[in-house]
Formats: sequence, C-alpha cells, structure tokens
Amino acid sequence: MAMLEVKDLHVAFPRGKHDEVEALRGVSLTLEKGERLGVVGESGAGKSMLAFAILNLIAEPGRVSHGTVKFNGENLLDLKERQIRDIRGNRISMIFQDPMVTLNPVLSIGVQMMETLRAHRKISDKEARALCIAKLKEVAIPSAESRLDAYPHELSGGLRQRVVIAIALLTDPEIIIADEPTTALDVTIQAEIMALILKLCREKDVALILITHDLGVVAEVTEKLMIMYAGKCVETGPTRQIIDTPRHPYASGLLKALPQHAGRGTRLYQIPGSMPPITNLPKGCTYHPRCDFATQRCHGGEPDLVNGVACYNPLTSDSANRTETKTEAET
Amino acid sequence: MSTPSVNSGPIVETKGVEVRFPLPTHFLSREKPVLHALNTVNVSIMPGESFCVVGESGCGKTTLGRSILGLNSPTAGEIYFRGQRIDQMDEATRKPVRRDMQMVFQNPYASLNPRRNVFETLAEPVRHLMPELSANEARTRVEQVLSETGCDPSWQRRLPHEFSGGQRQRIAIARALVTNPAFVVADEPISALDVSIQAQILNLLTELQQERGLTYLFITHDLSVVQHFGTRVAVMYLGQVMELASAETIFAEPKHPYTQLLLEAIPKLEGGSFDKPRQPGELPDPVNLPKGCPFAARCHMAQDRCRQERPQLRGLPNGTEVACHFAE
Ligand SMILES: Nc1ncnc2c1ncn2[C@@H]1O[C@H](COP(=O)(O)OP(=O)(O)OP(=O)(O)O)[C@@H](O)[C@H]1O
Ligand SMILES: Nc1ncnc2c1ncn2[C@@H]1O[C@H](COP(=O)(O)OP(=O)(O)OP(=O)(O)O)[C@@H](O)[C@H]1O
Ligand SMILES: [Mg+2]
Ligand SMILES: [Mg+2]
Repeated sequence: MAMLEVKDLHVAFPRGKHDEVEALRGVSLTLEKGERLGVVGESGAGKSMLAFAILNLIAEPGRVSHGTVKFNGENLLDLKERQIRDIRGNRISMIFQDPMVTLNPVLSIGVQMMETLRAHRKISDKEARALCIAKLKEVAIPSAESRLDAYPHELSGGLRQRVVIAIALLTDPEIIIADEPTTALDVTIQAEIMALILKLCREKDVALILITHDLGVVAEVTEKLMIMYAGKCVETGPTRQIIDTPRHPYASGLLKALPQHAGRGTRLYQIPGSMPPITNLPKGCTYHPRCDFATQRCHGGEPDLVNGVACYNPLTSDSANRTETKTEAET
Repeated sequence: MSTPSVNSGPIVETKGVEVRFPLPTHFLSREKPVLHALNTVNVSIMPGESFCVVGESGCGKTTLGRSILGLNSPTAGEIYFRGQRIDQMDEATRKPVRRDMQMVFQNPYASLNPRRNVFETLAEPVRHLMPELSANEARTRVEQVLSETGCDPSWQRRLPHEFSGGQRQRIAIARALVTNPAFVVADEPISALDVSIQAQILNLLTELQQERGLTYLFITHDLSVVQHFGTRVAVMYLGQVMELASAETIFAEPKHPYTQLLLEAIPKLEGGSFDKPRQPGELPDPVNLPKGCPFAARCHMAQDRCRQERPQLRGLPNGTEVACHFAE
C-alpha cells in the first residue's frame, strides 16, 4: 500500500440549477514515502483543484463529486473536519504561491510559528521557541533569533517563502504539497527556494507534490511526473522518461515549444490554439483539436489512461521524429 | 563627434540616463526619500536588432522602456531616436516620433481598456497619430494589422474580457503595430502566458520583425528566451547595466558574477541547477543605494574596493562590456 493513494478524483461546480461542470475529471495518483511528484499543466488544467481536493479543501459551491484519497489507508474524504485538521497542516503541509495566504500580516513570525506548533503538539513555551529558531535556521534565515519578532511585511518575498517552508516543516510532515511555490519569485530566489525544498525533502525523507507550469523546475526536483490537461492526467511516469521520450502529443508539444530547444532565430514549434475551458470541452479526446496526430477515433471517445498515457496514438521514438521533420519543413 | 546618420547609426541611444522617483516624505522626518530607478544607463540599439533587457523584478527594465518612449522623463541624461534628441521634446514635436515608437505592455490583462472593443482599441492610435488617413483608410489599416498579427476579423466588435491571455497579447501587439512603427518596446510580452502560447507569440514577433524590419527592445526575466530571440543583451541590476554583450557571448562567456548567478539559476531539463543549497540573497534598497557596487552584498568575489567605488561599464577583449572591478 502506498502512503498516499488518490483514486478517480472528480471535482464539480454547479452550472445553472440542475447542471454541473467538472474541473477535475477523474485523477488518480500514488505517492510513496519520500517520493517527489511533479504536477504540470497550463492555467486552468485543474492542478490547484487536485491539491485542494486531496486535503478536502474544495470551497463551496464546488465539491468532490467522486473518488477516494487514502492516506496510510484512511480515506481523508470520509473524515470529520475535526479529524482532518489533525492531518492538514500537520502530517500533510501546504505551501502556496503567495506566502501571505499562510502568513497573518498582523502577527509576528514567532507568534505564528508557536500557534501552529501548539495546535498540533503539547509543548512548553521554551521548547516551542527553541524549535522555531531551529526551523528558521534550517531554512537558512539569517539571524533567526531576531527574526522571530519580525512581521511578514518586514521580510522580502524570498524570506517570507522561507518562513512558510519553516512553518510547513514544524510538525515534521510526511507530505508537502507545494502549489507554484516560486512562481511569484525572481529566478535567483526561485533557485534558492527550490534548492532548499529539494534538500529538506531528501534529508527528512518527506514526500512532495510540486505543482508548477515549468517543466524545467519539475525536471530539477521531481522523480515522478504527471501532465494535466483539461481536468485529466494525460501522461504520467518517471520524470526523466517523460522529458526524454514523451508519448502524449501534448507532452511532446510542450517540450518542443521550449525556446531552449530551438536554434537561434529559428521558428519555434508551436501548439495551435489553446486549452478549452471546462465549460466547453470538445467531444472525444479533449486535446484532439490541437493535435498533429489526431485520427477519426480521437473525435469519438475520450481515451483512458493506459500504461501512463491517455492517447489512442501515443508517440514512439519514430513518430516523434516525424514531427521534427515536419517543423523543419515548415521553416 | 560625428553627426549620426540615419542609416548607419543606432536607431535608439541613451546617454547617461538616470531616473529618480521622489517618494512621499514620512511625516516625522525631514528627509526627502528618492528612489533610484535608473543610474547612468548607456545603451545603443542598432536597426533590426532584438535588444534584450534582463534582470530581476524592480531592476528598472520597464522604467528604461518607458523612458525611451517618453512615458516618464529622465531626471538626467539624453535619449536619441535616429540621431535626434527626443527626451526634451514637447508633445507636439514628439507626435510624429510617437508613431515610430510603440510599446507592448507587461500585462495583457491590464493593458487593454475593458470598455473598448478591439476595433476602437486599434483605431485610437491611428486617429491620434496618423491624422492624414481618412476614416476608410483607417479602417482598412486596422483590418490589415489584425490579420497580420493572427487576429480574426470577427474579433473587432468584441471586448477584451472575451479573449484568452494569448489572444489579448495578439491584440496588444496589433495595437502597437497599427501605426507602422520602426521600434517596439515589448515588455515581458510572454511572461503572463501559458507555455504552449508563449511559442505562438514569440514566433509572431519574429515573423513581424522579418516582414517589417522592426527593431525590438525586448524586456524579459527569462534568459532562455534571450538565447533564442535576442541579438544583444543588457543585464540590469538595481537600475544599472551590469553586462552588455551579444546573446551568443553572454551564454558562452558570462563575465559578471551576477550574470553567472542568473544563468546558474535557470531550471534546466537536464537538471543540476538546484542541487547545491544557496544562501538567501537580498536586494539592497533602491532608496538607500549602497555607495559601491549594488551587487556587492551578494557577490562571492566582492572586496573592499567594491563596497567603496561603484564600477562603470568597461570593455573586455571578447567585446563584452561589464561593470565589475574584477571581471576579466
Ligand atoms: N469557483 C469556481 N467555479 C467554477 N469553476 C471554477 C471555480 N474555481 C476554479 N474553477 C475552474 O476549475 C478549473 C481548474 O482550476 P485550477 O485552479 O485547478 O487550475 P490550475 O491548473 O491550478 O491553474 P493555474 O495554473 O492558473 O493555477 C479552471 O477551469 C477554473 O476555471
Ligand atoms: N512611478 C513610480 N514611482 C515610484 N517608484 C517607481 C515608479 N515606477 C517604478 N518605480 C520603482 O522603480 C524601480 C524600477 O521599477 P521597474 O518597474 O522599472 O522595474 P522592472 O525591472 O520593470 O520590474 P518588474 O520585473 O517587476 O516589472 C522599482 O523599485 C519600482 O518600485
Ligand atoms: Mg493553480
Ligand atoms: Mg517591469
């Protein structure tokens, strides 16, 4: 049994009085202790919905309409709110894009850290303080002792995100779910923060679900990858394998579109069109209107995820070469 | 000094440009705080170039673009367009220059007026800057530019909120090109877009450049885009140009320690960038600029001289210009 086992998760929002639209349309994943999973997809693909659904945090009027989330064998979706609070922010921590979602602007860093600790542990003031300082040092915050009395606005964006990581680590969680933790930060600060998350996960054997739209970031940090499109997983497998030999045309297209792959001044490979909104999904495979390899069958039914890829005509290394020649011919 | 000629000289040149923003005074303090957004910036952009400006948030990229277009006034220095000084022109003299210099703004969600449909958005600069065109000619002009930028003619009567980010960015590019400019400042034109859409927009900008012989000042924080798209690059830090080199050279031989840090920080498909832990680096405050090199506090090579004396750009044998006392 895997530590985390998500099966066929659906999230729905009401549309009109009697109808619903699905933001997540049946996503499954497993996560072992210490494993690092990347979730990649374009805006609106359902990445954040997946993270929130795992923690049973989908806000009204949305709801998890189907599926299970088993954490060490226990379905989190069956738990009472009081019970799940023992898990959320304790055994599974979250890091968001905006540190101010986690941090309270009117409380000092120290007070916030102590509150988190006391919510989950019986611990004396002195011990709590020592632990907070230790965690701030772990995330390499300079002069940790004096920063306990600082307020969030007195810190730079990068330092704030470090504090959020320190808070996420306070309770020695088994899983960290990080939803675009560095998207708002500069490249050099992103490198600092991701290096820190990677180091801490390795040292403490913490599992990570890293949500991002940056393939470079998942390639650097994760071992396993899931590519999402229009509320579904279209390809999943070892990160290295997908990056080197993607099988879903969308995964392959995303990789080929990266400017670092193209010669200077040449035309970039481009995927035509854009991802459809969940309210207006095309029939058949949701990617077929943009796909170079679509056949009649793709207009009919939606392909299931088989052996890690949801495609009727998955690429082999041969067919991947075929598009390569096609792009060259175009230019 | 020779008189700059129209053909051989730079299309845009800044000489010692400095921009300072006065900030509100604190009620208990007599000090008048001033934010240093640009400090003696000298760049010259040749016709047909894709001149890139890179650097982290707040380093002055947008301010440089806006200053060149006259959208904010430099507190010191000179700006030339085709050899003609433009930074002190009054609005009337500047008008013919404006149609030659346009901007695609940083955020496609904020830069289009939500109450104007696409036709009005594009017709406005035509009416204002190309008064010689008749209403009919103006309409033809708008339609032509829309089709050149991959916008469907049926979009004309629709409002910005009906479009996706990529479509809005096409509209913003169409608006910048409608007056047929020679020089376009593209301020992070793809940062807010999804990966699959970024390639579409970069291809469009490249095609338009080839068709029209455009010159770009391309602002970005993504160095991999520079590698693909740029001819020359200025790396900025805290309002100052730290390194100026051809796009090829800067990737092959980055000279400034800050450029090296930026390159190392790019996440790579091959991995390896995040493997060693990094100490937090903090930007100095642009209000209380350090006396010496602005990068000294984060620099692994910094010595006493760096904290005392601000380095100026100087040429290296490989053609790179670098503002560092010790780079070689
Ligand atoms: N309250 C809501 N009502 C209806 N639809 C919603 C609601 N919140 C989100 N959605 C839709 O759910 C889909 C998935 O959204 P989600 O936030 O998970 O995307 P994401 O992949 O995290 O995107 P991003 O990269 O922009 O964060 C989107 O199409 C979004 O429009
Ligand atoms: N009108 C203004 N008044 C006061 N300060 C300003 C003004 N415009 C810009 N600044 C400041 O000038 C500095 C440079 O800003 P600028 O917008 O040029 O940076 P940038 O490099 O474009 O950053 P980003 O990547 O975040 O867009 C920043 O410190 C900014 O806060
Ligand atoms: Mg999201
Ligand atoms: Mg800017």
